[in-house]
Amino acid sequence: MTSDLGFWTLQALNALQLSMLLFLLSIGLTVIFGLMHFVNLAHGSLYAVGAYAGAAAAAVGGFWMGLFVAPVAVAGMGVLLYSGLIKRMRRSGPMAQVLVTFGLIFVLLDLTRIFWGDLPLAIEKPGFLSGRVALLGIEYPAYRLFVIALGLAIFTGLAWVLGQTQVGAMIRAGVDNDAMAACLGINVERLFFTVFCVGCALAGLAGVVAAPLLSVTPDMGLQILIPTLIVIVIGGLGSLKGAIAGSLIYGFVQTFGAVLAPQLASVLIYALLAAVLVIRPMGLFPAKG
Amino acid sequence: MKRIVMAAAGLATSFALPALAEDIKVGLMLPYSGTYASLGNDIEAGFRLGLDTYGADTGVTFDILTEDTEAKPPVALGKAKKLILQDRVDVLSGIVSSGVLGAMRDLIHGSEVPLIVANAGNDEATGEACSPWITRLSFSNGQVNRPMGTWLHEQGVGKVYTLAPDYAAGRQMIDAFTASFTDAGGEIVGQQFTPFGKTQDFGPYLAKAQASGADAVYVFYAGGEAISFVKQYDSFGLKADLPLYGAGFLTSPLYVNAEGPAAEGVIAALHYVPTIENDANAAFTTAFMAETGRLPSEYSVQGYDAARALVEAVKSGATDRASLGAALRKVSFDGPRGKLSIDPVTNNLIQPIYVYETVAGDDGLTQKVLATLPASADPANGCELAPVSN
Repeated sequence: MTSDLGFWTLQALNALQLSMLLFLLSIGLTVIFGLMHFVNLAHGSLYAVGAYAGAAAAAVGGFWMGLFVAPVAVAGMGVLLYSGLIKRMRRSGPMAQVLVTFGLIFVLLDLTRIFWGDLPLAIEKPGFLSGRVALLGIEYPAYRLFVIALGLAIFTGLAWVLGQTQVGAMIRAGVDNDAMAACLGINVERLFFTVFCVGCALAGLAGVVAAPLLSVTPDMGLQILIPTLIVIVIGGLGSLKGAIAGSLIYGFVQTFGAVLAPQLASVLIYALLAAVLVIRPMGLFPAKG
Repeated sequence: MKRIVMAAAGLATSFALPALAEDIKVGLMLPYSGTYASLGNDIEAGFRLGLDTYGADTGVTFDILTEDTEAKPPVALGKAKKLILQDRVDVLSGIVSSGVLGAMRDLIHGSEVPLIVANAGNDEATGEACSPWITRLSFSNGQVNRPMGTWLHEQGVGKVYTLAPDYAAGRQMIDAFTASFTDAGGEIVGQQFTPFGKTQDFGPYLAKAQASGADAVYVFYAGGEAISFVKQYDSFGLKADLPLYGAGFLTSPLYVNAEGPAAEGVIAALHYVPTIENDANAAFTTAFMAETGRLPSEYSVQGYDAARALVEAVKSGATDRASLGAALRKVSFDGPRGKLSIDPVTNNLIQPIYVYETVAGDDGLTQKVLATLPASADPANGCELAPVSN
């Protein structure tokens, strides 16, 4: 194994980049769950839809158009899903919810195939992000730095909204005890709706941001679902701190696992998940004490 | 519509040659849903074109029944039983996934229905688990990579780092390359098998390859993983110092455009690219373009040649399962891929391998053929087929 410092810096940045991508996905899922006690297994499919919508828009108006259209389109889809399906499912218990959103995965998978076909699509990086940047003695792809910066910016923004604003206080109250929050005059239903749509928009954003790194294929949503679930289970359901901690743990374990113990790379994260479930069944930073 | 025309053509000739009027039922088993759906569609387009092109003057009506294998062994096994027992097909073709082929092997062998493999490349199917009823018109994993080890060493590359997904095909491809590369005197300085279908970020592996001191990197990836890999390889700026080589699925014409400029300069080995220069390929690419509006890929040509092999078998007088099975083992013809024949020892196709570079063309990326490596038969690997009888 190399003792070159640049190598380890590079790997740390790789880990951070993967963490930020997962954070964008898991924050939406975890807050929706924390607030609504609703497991939306189709969250990964919304990520795929975001990538496709972004690719379609980017083909017309370039990367930035795609970056704008994808979250808006997926949030719009969130509105439809919420009013058509999820609102009705709110009281029907976790098993029915899991089954319905699981079915939704396959519906969305086939819809993307019908609309956009089976062949993978691509989004080209914008010109100034396609090169490499000299940083800490190494050259690192500019686009990956952009992903890291975007993740950190979203994290800071959400931390501010949840921690400092009135809406944030209402959301935290709703997560802690929704019945009591409703008694205090908070329109919990409207809050749920807003949070659900923002969560969807973030999934769409994650999709379009991932597209230039990966490929846009119909099954990309299925591939990302398990890592996202691992992140929120490790981090603890419903909390921002949990989502960022879980993402960082996943990113670093996965990346350094691949470097140091490649034979174990695929089981390492599951072993960690099992350990967390045994030692702290609620996750590292659960929303409720 | 086409089927009616073909039936009519068959009917017309059947008046002239009543003795030849036959119906051949073909069961085409391909994945039409899931990860491999695009491959299934491409193979079917090639297969139908092949039957239209060569089957019209045989006086035989080919009746195609398609079934979706979903690339899942249990699903495929059920569909195969239905085609064999209920529809009573004369011949089966298709099969994209090696897992599906492995699962179907005993059923095919036991029920004595000829199967023309149009993709699945697992070495065992024409090695230790071979069967006189399974004839492969696509490729074997070893076949595509073996000549590349020798060729790459001849180009002056001494040290290579290899990467591939961690599953049977990934290991067979890389093992075949490694064996011939080290035999030629090359050195493998590092090998990594990445978790199959779970690797989103190749960054960690690329940094290791870069630090390994290799002259070049040789990989096998296909589909979505290939696109992610090629893009990420380029984004780290590795291509300049550490040229990328691989099994040609890496930059398959089917999805190379999703890789974009990142694929330029990648050199890979494959049994077919649309830019091969010969008359059969010119006719094939033109006809395929007219039919589908895009260039054929290696998958389309596999379908096309599978259909051609069936037609050749029928032309030699085969009419039912037994005679088709025997005749398929003896087909040989000049196709878009060059001269093809079936190895009597293993029933695998013997075909030349093309080394090509992906370059920017007038409209998008295209393939520049650098070398044609001569056809050679795979080692028998314990396959003991009875000699072809006449």
